[in-house]
Amino acid sequence: MPKLTVDGVEVEVPAGSTLLQACEAAGAEVPRFCYHDRLSIAGNCRMCLVEVEKAPKPVASCAFPAGDGQVVHTKSELARKAQKGTMEFLLINHPLDCPICDQGGECDLQDQAMGYGFHSSRYDENKRAVTDKHMGPLVKTIMTRCIHCTRCVRFSTEIAGVTDMGMLNRGENAEITTYLEKAIDSELSANVIDLCPVGALTSKPYAFVARPWELKKTESIDVMDAVGSNIRVDTRGSEVLRVLPRLHEDINEEWISDKTRYACDGLKHQRLDKPFVRKDGTLQPASWAEAFTAIAAKLKDTAGTKIAAIAGDTADVEAMYALKSLMARLGSPNLDCRQDGAKIGDGPRASWVFNTTIAGIEDADALLLVGTNPRWEASLVNARIRKRWLRDGFPIGVIGEKRDLTYDYDHLGAGPETLAQVADGSHAFAEILKGASKPMIVVGMGALTRADGAAVLATCRAIAETYGMIQDAATGEDGETVPGWNGFNVQHTAAARVGGLDMGFLPGKGGRDVAGIVEGAGSGAIEVVWLLGADEIDIGALGKAFVIYQGHHGDRAAHRADVILPGAAYTEKDGLYVNTEGRVQMAMAASFPPGDARIDWTILRAFSAEVGQTLPFDSLEALRRALMAEHPSFAAIDTIEPAAWGAFGTAGTMDGAGFASPIENFYMTDPISRASKTMAACTEELVLPKRAAMTGTDG
Amino acid sequence: MLKDNDRIFTNLYGWFDWTLAGARKRGDWSNTKELLQMSPEDIVEVMKASGLRGRGGAGFPTGLKWSFMPKEVKEKPHYLVVNADESEPGTCKDREIMRHDPHKLVEGCLVAGYAMRASAAYIYIRGEFYNEAQRLQAAIDQAYDAGLIGKNACGSGYDFEVYLHRGAGAYICGEETALLESLEGKKGQPRLKPPFPAGVGLYGCPTTVNNVESIAVAPTILRRGAEWFAGLGRPKNTGPKIFSISGHVNNPCNVEEELGIPLRELIDKHAGGVIGGWDNLLAVIPGGASVPLLPKSTCDEILMDFDSLRDVRSGLGTAAVIVMNKQTDVVKAIARLSYFYKHESCGQCTPCREGTGWMWRVMERMVRGEADEDEIDVLEEVTRQVEGHTICALGDAAAWPIQGLIRHFRPEMERRMVARRAGQPVFPTAQAAE
Repeated sequence: MPKLTVDGVEVEVPAGSTLLQACEAAGAEVPRFCYHDRLSIAGNCRMCLVEVEKAPKPVASCAFPAGDGQVVHTKSELARKAQKGTMEFLLINHPLDCPICDQGGECDLQDQAMGYGFHSSRYDENKRAVTDKHMGPLVKTIMTRCIHCTRCVRFSTEIAGVTDMGMLNRGENAEITTYLEKAIDSELSANVIDLCPVGALTSKPYAFVARPWELKKTESIDVMDAVGSNIRVDTRGSEVLRVLPRLHEDINEEWISDKTRYACDGLKHQRLDKPFVRKDGTLQPASWAEAFTAIAAKLKDTAGTKIAAIAGDTADVEAMYALKSLMARLGSPNLDCRQDGAKIGDGPRASWVFNTTIAGIEDADALLLVGTNPRWEASLVNARIRKRWLRDGFPIGVIGEKRDLTYDYDHLGAGPETLAQVADGSHAFAEILKGASKPMIVVGMGALTRADGAAVLATCRAIAETYGMIQDAATGEDGETVPGWNGFNVQHTAAARVGGLDMGFLPGKGGRDVAGIVEGAGSGAIEVVWLLGADEIDIGALGKAFVIYQGHHGDRAAHRADVILPGAAYTEKDGLYVNTEGRVQMAMAASFPPGDARIDWTILRAFSAEVGQTLPFDSLEALRRALMAEHPSFAAIDTIEPAAWGAFGTAGTMDGAGFASPIENFYMTDPISRASKTMAACTEELVLPKRAAMTGTDG
Repeated sequence: MLKDNDRIFTNLYGWFDWTLAGARKRGDWSNTKELLQMSPEDIVEVMKASGLRGRGGAGFPTGLKWSFMPKEVKEKPHYLVVNADESEPGTCKDREIMRHDPHKLVEGCLVAGYAMRASAAYIYIRGEFYNEAQRLQAAIDQAYDAGLIGKNACGSGYDFEVYLHRGAGAYICGEETALLESLEGKKGQPRLKPPFPAGVGLYGCPTTVNNVESIAVAPTILRRGAEWFAGLGRPKNTGPKIFSISGHVNNPCNVEEELGIPLRELIDKHAGGVIGGWDNLLAVIPGGASVPLLPKSTCDEILMDFDSLRDVRSGLGTAAVIVMNKQTDVVKAIARLSYFYKHESCGQCTPCREGTGWMWRVMERMVRGEADEDEIDVLEEVTRQVEGHTICALGDAAAWPIQGLIRHFRPEMERRMVARRAGQPVFPTAQAAE
């Protein structure tokens, strides 16, 4: 633990710290551009120069190890002179076009120029101009503004794991580029916009839209996948203008996926902003009263067992709870939150959550991926696996599709056959799992949504149990508590799923599951289907059933609906979501539902009165109290309680077909992202060409 | 003046056979096996005692540098990297060694590599030295064929490989860590130090990077003894050294001389004197492009060694003496150097990337007198803002020539501005500022 003096303050910092960290510990602010906590140290901006006594010249504090007895001055004449000199150099070729720059107001260069810049320029020569680069539909470039800090290059090579960015040429002519001027082929690409300390890389969809000080900032939770990334939603009026990441060390660190960031423009298109009722075969605008009356009239003559409800992938916990309560009162056992038919939910909670936790991946020493493409299903889980892999490499086996996951892995096989070999120990990877002290398995929806999903699940449980993935907490030799380890993980793709499973939004006694509901609707056994934002089922197979669609987008299901109840999207309501780890998080309303649309639980509460089954909560607080009383796990906001282990899955024969990830296009997975122009542009530039190349239909 | 029997590079001019047979006649490879029977520590001690200072420019004691290598080989092998990326303007000493005496270098690699427990030497040769690379490779092949290097080198039981790698023509790749990056196949950009190469070098392994000349003299020092070497030159500036003399002299040449030889004697005796006579001398850049120039008044008495030149705020650098007589446009000469540094800056760190271009543009205006007098002060300040603030020494190298110019030739710079404003010719023959 080196002890040193910074600006007269003595501090002790952990061994291996840099001078910059020591300065921060001492409360001294050191300007910097290239340095970033989560990236490798480049030391190239030279802004963080400080004076160290006995050193012949100023040292770059970001790259210099803190040593015992150093005496550091961050504000001495020498240090200030060096910092100001660097600032002057950074500015001589910078266009100083802040009034027309989107970074204005949140620009490191702007801020630090106030502290370290000269009042006027001494540089009378012509400024350098750099041609802009094409980096895809998300990242807008104005490369003349670039200060060559290489944060973007380091992010894309280190965190995102794609070697698409780099610096060309040298000296004054050095340019940051994507070499071939193609889109950055990563699901995390837009994080370079946040990282760019100047306005060189800005957001293309957000270009010239707003100034940061005009925006209302709401801290919320993302629902584009099951990771539950922490986000900040920036709105002006009722319009969501952008989504930015918010720090959560255990989930998304400070990154978000491009879908999380940019699908928000889908909130402006295809919205359901008034109720509709089908009359004479066409959907016609109606009042809430008309819509409720139409549903009530239908329900009056329908037995409870002929009513069904399906919850969609982005439904909030409150809405699902309200719908579940309503269905119970209507006497319907037919409800399901598993649109994709995943064979989970009938065991202990440990059988459907990501028990290891996302941060826990960093402790694992062997990993088996089964039927999942984490890069597309949960980009930030993939980033965490890559982070673990980068640290010192660890064995990763993949059973399923062979995809570029940004790290090296052994492709063990395509399907259940290999899985069975690993389970019975006849596969070489079994030895690796056996030798590992903290092995983990991640089972994806590609493996669990199949007809043989229960058997696959049972096999995965067997693997977890056989190879020591389930370890109870114990007391060590010295009496200290050795925490337990649960290496069994389910990788969800739907933000609503774990919440739905936790509250038991599942078929009741004798009830039908999703497949049963759809089949029943087709055959006439089910007469009313209530879809809570459920668009991913086989809509065309619903037969003659009376379909109520409660949701926010005119997507697949709304076209089939007999009554449409316009609901609120995730940015428009306070709601609870449970991520794939089983972590309960609270989303906050950033704006309001459009037009006549209402927040979902209130719709259900209002309707329940219409049919004389009034739900017992009149406020969000009352609803949550009831929910948490019934299911205490929802009360533990942002904490992870290790789930108890138990038996689950059904042993049986597994199909021979290979596992295939359920996501065919990362950029379009739900009604919001399907309505997003930005996601459409990404699909066009990043997904379709590859698909064409694979099928040989390009050119 | 260096006596003939004290010369190390006895085939500097290519008058004799460069091949292994010829080298053997000159004493190379004669008792290498015995040298390899010394312990590595003893070799390092001899090198330290000899006082040899690195011949690549910085003048760091070579023996001390070798002693920084770990004392035993752990999981990672040790490497010796020889910097043959000789690109400093005015310098052409390593080229002559590789052309005419390549076996001195190959033998030096073996001995030095042994002293630092290295398993291999990588010689990174400047890409433009095509013929030299052919010659050096031939010498390496000859040494392999004779069993002098490779498995059981010289029958000593020590295994040692020598690889030659051609650069692609970037000045910055002569900076030791940029060289390592380039050797690893990456973009030639200097690394942050610490860690130093002796801890984390080529492929992350302990590495020492030495100049060609430093390595090539090592076997002779071991043969003739540290006392012999230390007896030449001046205290702390020992031994002979190859000087490259170019510019306005009657007989530009490379010559091996003792350190501490008076500059005037060096020019007059070996280079045939300044064109137009000693009194026609304007200035001398004593150590390659990157050190500040010396006006004639200093040149009259100065001794050519590290410490003497440092005392007059210049440096020995690579000992490339660039002579400029009074027919030289000295401002333009330095402006050309500024262009060189602007062109060769790697662009990694801010002061150098931005500063070299700024300095060059102002220098171009200074040449034409299109500036105000106070811009000289701004220029001087800019050089101070670059100097010492960069990752590697290229920033310093770009700043120093301009600082030297301003220090010694400010009146000439101001004269041009006055002339320009008065509508008079700007380019008469320059006069030194005394």
